[in-house]
Amino acid sequence: MTRIPLRPLARILSARNRGENPDVIERENIRLRNEAVRDKARLRAEGRLLVLGVLFVAAFGAVGARMGLLAATVPVEPEVSMGGNSILAQRADIVDRQGRVLATNLVTHSLYAQPRLMVDPQGSAKKLVQIFPDLDEKRLVADFTGAKKFLWLRKRISPEQMQMVHEIGDPGLLFGPREMRLYPNGSLAAHVLGGASFGREGVHSAEVIGTAGVEKTFDGWLRDPANNGAPLQLSLDLTVQSTVEDVLAGGMKLMNAKGAAAVLMDVHTGEVVALASLPDFDPNTRPQPLVKGDPSDSPLFNRAIQGVYELGSTFKIFAVGQALELGLVNPQTMIDTKSPMIWGRHRIRDFHNYGAQLSVTEVIAKSSNVGTAHIALMIGADRQQAFFKSLGLMEPVPLEIAEAAAGKPILPKRWPDITTITTSYGHGISDSPLHLAAAYATMTNGGTRVVPTLLKTDKVQKGERVISEATSVKVRDLLRQVVVRGTASMGEVPGYSVAGKTGTADKTKPNGGYYEDKVVTTFASVFPSTDPKYVLIVSLDEPVETSGTEPRRTAGWTSVPVGAEIIRRVAPLLGLRPSVEPVATAAVTLAGN
Amino acid sequence: MTEMVFGTVRASAGEPVIPRWWRTIDKWTLFGVLLLFGIGLLLALAASVPLAEKNGLPPFYYVIRQVFFGGVALAVMLLLSMMSPDQVRRLGVIGFLAAFAALVFLPFLGTDFGKGAIRWYSLGFASFQPSEFLKPGFVVLTGWLMAAAQDVGGPPGRLYSFILTVVIVVMLAVQPDFGQACLILFSWGVIYFVAGAPFMLLTVIASLAVAGGVAAYNASEHFARRIDGFLSADIDPRTQIGYATNAIQEGGFFGVGVGEGTVKWQLPDAHTDFIIAVAAEEYGLVLVLGIIALYCAVTVRSLFRLMKERDPFTRLAGTGLACAFGVQAMINMGVAVRLLPAKGMTLPFVSYGGSSVIASGIALGMLLALTRSRPQGEIGDIFLKRRR
Repeated sequence: MTRIPLRPLARILSARNRGENPDVIERENIRLRNEAVRDKARLRAEGRLLVLGVLFVAAFGAVGARMGLLAATVPVEPEVSMGGNSILAQRADIVDRQGRVLATNLVTHSLYAQPRLMVDPQGSAKKLVQIFPDLDEKRLVADFTGAKKFLWLRKRISPEQMQMVHEIGDPGLLFGPREMRLYPNGSLAAHVLGGASFGREGVHSAEVIGTAGVEKTFDGWLRDPANNGAPLQLSLDLTVQSTVEDVLAGGMKLMNAKGAAAVLMDVHTGEVVALASLPDFDPNTRPQPLVKGDPSDSPLFNRAIQGVYELGSTFKIFAVGQALELGLVNPQTMIDTKSPMIWGRHRIRDFHNYGAQLSVTEVIAKSSNVGTAHIALMIGADRQQAFFKSLGLMEPVPLEIAEAAAGKPILPKRWPDITTITTSYGHGISDSPLHLAAAYATMTNGGTRVVPTLLKTDKVQKGERVISEATSVKVRDLLRQVVVRGTASMGEVPGYSVAGKTGTADKTKPNGGYYEDKVVTTFASVFPSTDPKYVLIVSLDEPVETSGTEPRRTAGWTSVPVGAEIIRRVAPLLGLRPSVEPVATAAVTLAGN
Repeated sequence: MTEMVFGTVRASAGEPVIPRWWRTIDKWTLFGVLLLFGIGLLLALAASVPLAEKNGLPPFYYVIRQVFFGGVALAVMLLLSMMSPDQVRRLGVIGFLAAFAALVFLPFLGTDFGKGAIRWYSLGFASFQPSEFLKPGFVVLTGWLMAAAQDVGGPPGRLYSFILTVVIVVMLAVQPDFGQACLILFSWGVIYFVAGAPFMLLTVIASLAVAGGVAAYNASEHFARRIDGFLSADIDPRTQIGYATNAIQEGGFFGVGVGEGTVKWQLPDAHTDFIIAVAAEEYGLVLVLGIIALYCAVTVRSLFRLMKERDPFTRLAGTGLACAFGVQAMINMGVAVRLLPAKGMTLPFVSYGGSSVIASGIALGMLLALTRSRPQGEIGDIFLKRRR
C-alpha cells in the first residue's frame, strides 16, 4: 500500500502537537483542492464545449451546403452515368493458321421496352406479336400497362426486324447495340471453336463469354483489352479442315457409321491441322447439352478428344516398337503365333490362324494378337506401363480446349500379365483418337515426345526422347509394310507412301462385356513414311461395310479407305509433293520374306 | 384557534413542480423537438405509404403506429425532463444495466428480420432494438464515472468507462452494427474530451480509430463494400445513395410537391435511413434546411447551456446526450448527401421506428432535465476572481 502524505504537513504536525484532531484540517484541505480542480475543469470544459458547438455548427453547415449544392444541380438520366461498371464488348477474332477468320463479332441490336414512355401499349403489343409471332400478346399488354419500368423483349434482332419495330413508332420501344459472336463458316471446326453466349447484360452492351472449346479456354485472353484486338491464331487450316470434314462425312455415310472422328497433326510441331468429330453442330446456334442418356449421343460430344475407346490393334506398334528399342527383337525375329494362345483361363485368338511362327514384320502386317502378346510378355508389365506413360497414353491430352480434361483414359485397375497381353493389342485400355495421334507422332518423328497443340507455333517440339532415331525408322518401315501388304492395303495412296496400322475393337457394353456386332474401327497413319510429316487418325463408330456378300466391319474395309481418301485430297493442300517409292524400303520387304 | 393550537399550515418547501419545470426548462429545445416530431409525422404520411402497400396494410398504418409510439416517446420525454440530475443518474444507470443485459442475450434470443444482422428482439406487435436504449444509459453512466474520477481520491472512472466502451463496441461490431458502435465510441470520446482529455491522448485515439477502420475494412466485406461505394468517383444510380442523390436533385429548392415523389417507391429504407431524401424530393431544400437548423439549434443550444453548468456530472452527461443526438442526425443526413459512407442510422424523431423514437425521447428527456436552469452559485466566480 502506498502511503499518501497528509497535507498540509506543517499544519497537521503543529495541530498534533496541540493535541487537536488533524482529520478536520485534512478534510478541509481536500475540499479546497476539490474545488480548485472543479473550477479548473469547468473553465477548461467551457472552452471545449465552445469548440464542440462550433464544430457542430460547421458540420451541420457542411451538410446544409451540400444539400443546397445538390438541389441546385440538374438531375441527370441514370443511364448516362453508368461508370465503374462498363462492359467491355470487344472480343478478339479467332483465325486459322493462314489468317482466315474462324470467329468474329457482328453488331446487331437488342430490343427492350420502357412501358412508362409508351404511348399506345395495346397497339404496340399487337404489332410486336405480328413481327415476333412467339410473343404472347396478353402478357405483353400486362407488362406494358403494369408496374414494370423496363423489360427485355428480344436479346438479338435482325436489321429487318429492327426496321419493322421502328415502323411501329412507339417511343417506349428502344434498341441497344449488341455485339454477337459470329462463326462465318457455320459448323466447320465447331468442336474446336466451341461457342459463346452472353454474360452480364446492360442496355448499351453485353458481355460475350466463351462457353466451350477454345472460346472458353482463351476467354480471358480474347477479352483482354491489352492485346489491342490481336486475333487468336489457331493451328487449324481452314481448307484442310473443310476437306477432312467433307471426306469424313461421306465415309461415315458410306460405312453406315453412327459417328466419326479424325485428327490430322504435324508430327514435329504437334500442331493440330484438322480436328473433326461427326455429327457436329453450328456454334452460332449451339444446341443444349443432353440432360439424360449417353452424352456421346449429343452432337456436342467431341469424339476426337472426349471419345475414349479401346483402340484395338493400333496399339500393337507400341509393344513392337518398345521391344525393338529394348533390343529384345529385330524385324526378322520369329515369334510364336500358335492360335489360340492359352494364358490362365483366357484364350487369345487371331482373326485368322497364321500358323506356328511369324516374323515381327509379319506380326504387325497381319496384325497377330498372339504374336504381340508374346512380345509384350518379353517386355513385362512395368516397362510397358512406363512406355505408355512416356507416350502420354495414361493421362488426358493437355490440348488448349475446355473439353480436353474430359478425355481421360480408362486404365486397368491392376496390371497382371493378362493385362500386359490385352493392352499390347489395345484391349482393356481406352484412349481417344487424339492420344493415338500424339503417340504415333512420337513413334515416327524420330522418337521424341510430341504434345498436341491448337496454337500455331511452327516450332519443332524438342520433347524428351522416347525411342531412338534408328528404332523410329524401323517402326516406320513396319507400318509401311502394313499398307503395302498387310491389313491396310486399301490405304495406299500413290506417291505419298502411307504407313499405318489398323485397329478394330469390339465396343464395350455399358455394364461389362463386349458387343458382338458393334465395333470402333481406327486407322492410324503417318505420311510420307520415308520422312513423316503428318499423322492422321480416322476413327469410325459402329461402321458396317455392306458391298460384299456379308457385312464387313474390320478397319481395313471401313476406316482405311476413308483415311486414304483424306490423305489423297489433303496431302497436296499441305504442300507435300508426290514421290516415287524409295527402293530401300522394298529391300526390307524382300528381306522379310 | 386551530392555527393557535396546531401552528400555521406549513407552506410547501419549494414552488409547485409544473411551474418550476416550465420556468427552468430549455423551451427552445423543447419546441425544437416537438417541431421535429411534427415534421416526422408529416414525412411518415409520405414515406411509409409504399411500405404499408407492400406489406398489404392500410396506407396510413405506419403513420398511426408512429403517432402512438411518438405519443409514448413524448410522454416519457416530458416525464424525464422533470427529474433532478440525481434522479436522471439513477434511472440512467439502471436503464443501462437493463439494456446491457438485453444486448448480451441478443445473440441467443434476438432476430435479424432477414437483414443479416441480429439487432432486434421481436415482441410480436413491435420490435425492440436494445442498442438504441443502451445509448442514453451509457452516456449517463460514462458521465457519472468521469465526473467521479475528477474528485481528489476518486475512483479510476476514466479507465472503467473506457473498458466498458470497448466491451460494448466489440459487442456491437460483432452483430455487426458499426453505426451504433461508432456512435458509442464517439459519445465516450466527446465526454472524455470535455472532461479534460490531454491533447496528446486525443491524437493517439484518433489514429487508433483510423487504424481500426482500416482493419474493419479489410476484415468485413459488408463494411468494405460500403466504403468502396463511397470512395468511387461517380455514383452508381442503382445504389441507395444513387437514388437518394437523384431525389435531392429532383426536389430542387421547393420540391416536386406533396405526394409526387418517387424515391420512396424505390428505396426500401425510405421511411428510416433515407427519410431526408423523401423530404428533399417532396418539400425541397426549404424543409431540409429547416430540419438541419432544428437539429443544429437543439444540439448547440444544449451545449451552450451546459457551458454554464457547474456540476461535473450534469455537464458531462448532458454533453454526451446532446452530441450523440446531433451526431446521429448529422451522420444520417451526411450519408444521404454522400459526405459520409453509408451507415444504417435513423434520424432522431423524424425516422419511422418505435425503438428509435422512444429511445430518442428518453435521451432528450434526460438532456432537458440536465439543461434546466439551476442556481449555479455564480457568486463563487466572483470570489474566485477576487482571490487571485
